[in-house]
This record gives sequence, structure tokens and C-alpha cells, in this order.
Amino acid sequence: MSLSTRHLLGIKDLTVDDISLILETAEQFKEVLQRPVKKVPSLRDVTIVNLFYENSTRTRFSFELAEKRLSADTINFAVSGSSAAKGETLLDTVRNILSMKVDMVVMRHSASGAPHFLAQHIPAAIINAGDGVNEHPTQGLLDAFSMRKKLGKLEGLKVAIIGDIMHSRVAMSNIYLLNKMGAKVTVCGPPTLIPKYIRESFGVEVNYNLKETLEWCDVANVLRIQLERQNQVLFSSLREYNIAYGVKRKLLDNLNKEIVVMHPGPINRGVELDSDVADSKQSIILQQVENGVAVRMAVLYLLSGRNPGNN
Amino acid sequence: MKSILTEQQLEITIKRLAHQVLENHVDLTNTVLIGLQPRGVFLSDQLVDEIKKETSTEKIQYGKLDITFYRDDIRKELHIANRTDIPFSIEGKNVVLIDDVLYTGRTIRAALDALLDFGRPEKVELCVLIDRRFSRQLPIHPDYTGKSIDAIVSQKVKVFWKNRDGKDEVCLVND
Repeated sequence: MSLSTRHLLGIKDLTVDDISLILETAEQFKEVLQRPVKKVPSLRDVTIVNLFYENSTRTRFSFELAEKRLSADTINFAVSGSSAAKGETLLDTVRNILSMKVDMVVMRHSASGAPHFLAQHIPAAIINAGDGVNEHPTQGLLDAFSMRKKLGKLEGLKVAIIGDIMHSRVAMSNIYLLNKMGAKVTVCGPPTLIPKYIRESFGVEVNYNLKETLEWCDVANVLRIQLERQNQVLFSSLREYNIAYGVKRKLLDNLNKEIVVMHPGPINRGVELDSDVADSKQSIILQQVENGVAVRMAVLYLLSGRNPGNN
Repeated sequence: MKSILTEQQLEITIKRLAHQVLENHVDLTNTVLIGLQPRGVFLSDQLVDEIKKETSTEKIQYGKLDITFYRDDIRKELHIANRTDIPFSIEGKNVVLIDDVLYTGRTIRAALDALLDFGRPEKVELCVLIDRRFSRQLPIHPDYTGKSIDAIVSQKVKVFWKNRDGKDEVCLVND
């Protein structure tokens, strides 16, 4: 058994078996991370470049740790301080790096489809670490892994994705994945931040009322308001957003059940999520980060270039 | 398909292996038993059951080890990992590794590497049901052997277990 794809460009391209295999393998890596020596020699012969054309803390550290714990050699690329600042094209940069015998590329880029473009032109395995507003597949996988770990299964699970759906690649990957694995998804946020045809295109429910959505769901995945991606004013102020769509302690206390709160980070405290929720025991935000390393180890392990002519 | 061990012989062999392990580890407090995933655990489960009949059960420390991430043929083929479950420290312990068939020795080599990531055992022993003599590619030798056999490369040893395959038997298969 192996994955049906050579790259991880998006959850869209994965089969249900692929997703199950990644989540199962991640379980084994999670156990590895509990050992006295949290490292296995599996990717000793593999070199990986982390190409980050966009800022990142969690994802970059998480990938780097995952690579190191698989014994891979890693090099890091950040756009500031590189020749990309001098105008070198993406393809030229990657071709030059690959000519130094690099086997895998982990890439984050502000342009949607950038990893798909690379996959057509270079022989190395590519892992999408977030491309524009398209997908963030490893985040989708680690969210699913965390939900499954916490609640036992994905099938039939009611998941609310709350906030800035329009600009969120995390939302896209979550929707694709949860749909494939048989969970029910409702997106919630102000109408200006929810794509108009999302119900028809993605088979998710839309609810503009936060209280109703929270009453319905088992898990609330709260997204960050991405101020850097908004060119126009989509809500009047952060304060008003917080009043209408911020997840607050009082809202959660008035539910007749205890839901699980997630957030992909970084949190805008006091905007989409209040501190007393983010730091409560209902929140599994830090477990998400912890699980991220195991999930990324699984992805790297399963894609680590058993392709011909890559020895 | 030639039978090497029948159901009755298999039962007696496992009993003998259990007694041999106990003979060398009369007090099990400093000994841990570790079955190798995926196939070795069928043997180790039964071996541990036999040992439980002879001694107080709370002394037995039994774990399962998967060696997928330590394999030396990872560049040839992708293997799917199984669960590792070692809920105790192996630091300073006597470890008995348990597997069904010892052939090239490469699995045991990987298991030794994996084991060291859990701590530094005092001593490691190897217990196997079937030892395919003269086929070793590494200097590895079992301490407890169910049965030694001579088989050529094209032949395969198949171990059947009742709770998985519907019968208890060990066979030699010509490919």
C-alpha cells in the first residue's frame, strides 16, 4: 500500500485511502515522538528544501522538526535575503536548488497554484505548505488527526468552520478532507467573508449566526481574520467583528454541551477568539501544533521519493 | 506445501520456549518481553500466555515493537508501519526479543537499532519459532529456537495462527 500521488499539492487530489494511510502513519509517528530518542533513521538519505516565500512560524518549524526527526538533511530558504529579492524566478530558484541534489521541496507561496506549477516542471516530490488562498493540506490533515484523536472518529462529526472563509486555505483543505471522510461541515461568518456559491460548490452548510452554529457543532475550528489578504473593507471594525463573530466564554458556557475549540494559529486574541477560550481546557490548539509534527513526518515519509531514478 | 510443525507440535514448542525463557529469567522483575510487529506478536502473545501460567502475572512486562522506520530496504520499497507499544522503560533491563521466523537477520538488526532508542538494556536475547539456518546475511544468532530448518532461497516459511488464519501450523512453501 502506498499513496496514489507523488506530491501533496492539496487534499483535493487525495483519496479516502490516502487520507486514512497518512492519519494511521501519523499515529505511529506520534508514538515515536514519545520515546526517549525522538528520532528515526528513515530519511537518512533524503535532502529536503523548505522554500518559504511567505512568512510562517508554526508550519516552518513543524516541517523542519519533522524532517530532522526523520533524519533528513534540510536547507531553509526565506525570500528575504535570497536571490528571489533580486528578481530570480521561482522555477529558476528551484532548478538551481535541485541541481545541488535535493530530493523534496516543501513550499509555501502567496500565489495559489504555485506548487502545482512546480510539480509540472521539476522531478522532485513537492509538498504544499500553503499556497495563496487555495489549500494548506498538512494543516487540514493535522486538524483531522487532532479531531479524530480527541473525539474518536471523523465520520458523522459535526464541524463548524468559523470566520474568514473567503481568504482561508485552511478552510479549503478542511472542507475537502472532512467531506471525503464523511464529516458534516457548516461554515459560519459574516456574509462578506463567505464565498457566495460555497454551498453549491462544496456541499457545506452556511449559517451566518454564530450562536446557532455553535449549538449545532461538536468541533468549532475558528479561523484567523487575515487582515493582510483583505484589500477592501469587509467588516466595519475588529471590535464589531468580535461582538458578532468572536468565540467567547459566555457563548460556550450557555451551550448544553462541551464543544472542542480549534484554531490553526496565529490567534488574533480578542478578535476571532477570546483569551479565556483559547487558553481553556476545551481548546486543543496546542495539541494541534504537537500533532502537526507527527502528521508532517507521515507525509514526508510516505512521499519520500521512492520514484525511479531518484536513488 | 510441506508441514514443518503441526498444531500439536506448535503448542508443545511454544510451551518449551516459554519454559526455556523462564529457566534463564527465573525472576522476571528485571526482564521484559518484546514481540516484533506485525507477525512476531502472534507468537509473543501465546508465549506470554504460557509464561503467565507459570509465574505471577504482575511481574511480566510485555511490549510490542514495530521496526518499519528502521528498515534498511526503505529505498526499495515503502512499508506501512504498525503500532509500537512499550509502556515501560527498558533501561538496564534484560530484553527478550520475540519473532516468528529468523531468516536474513535484517529485521533483528533493525529491531536492535529501534530498541536502543528506548534506552540501554543490560542484555538482549532473541527468541524465534523457526530458524532458517545458513541463510543469515548478518552476524545474528537466536538464544531460543523453536525449530531449526534448512530451506533454499526460493522456499518460503509460512506461519499460520488460529485467530488470524483459522489454523495453527507452520509450513514450507515452494514458490
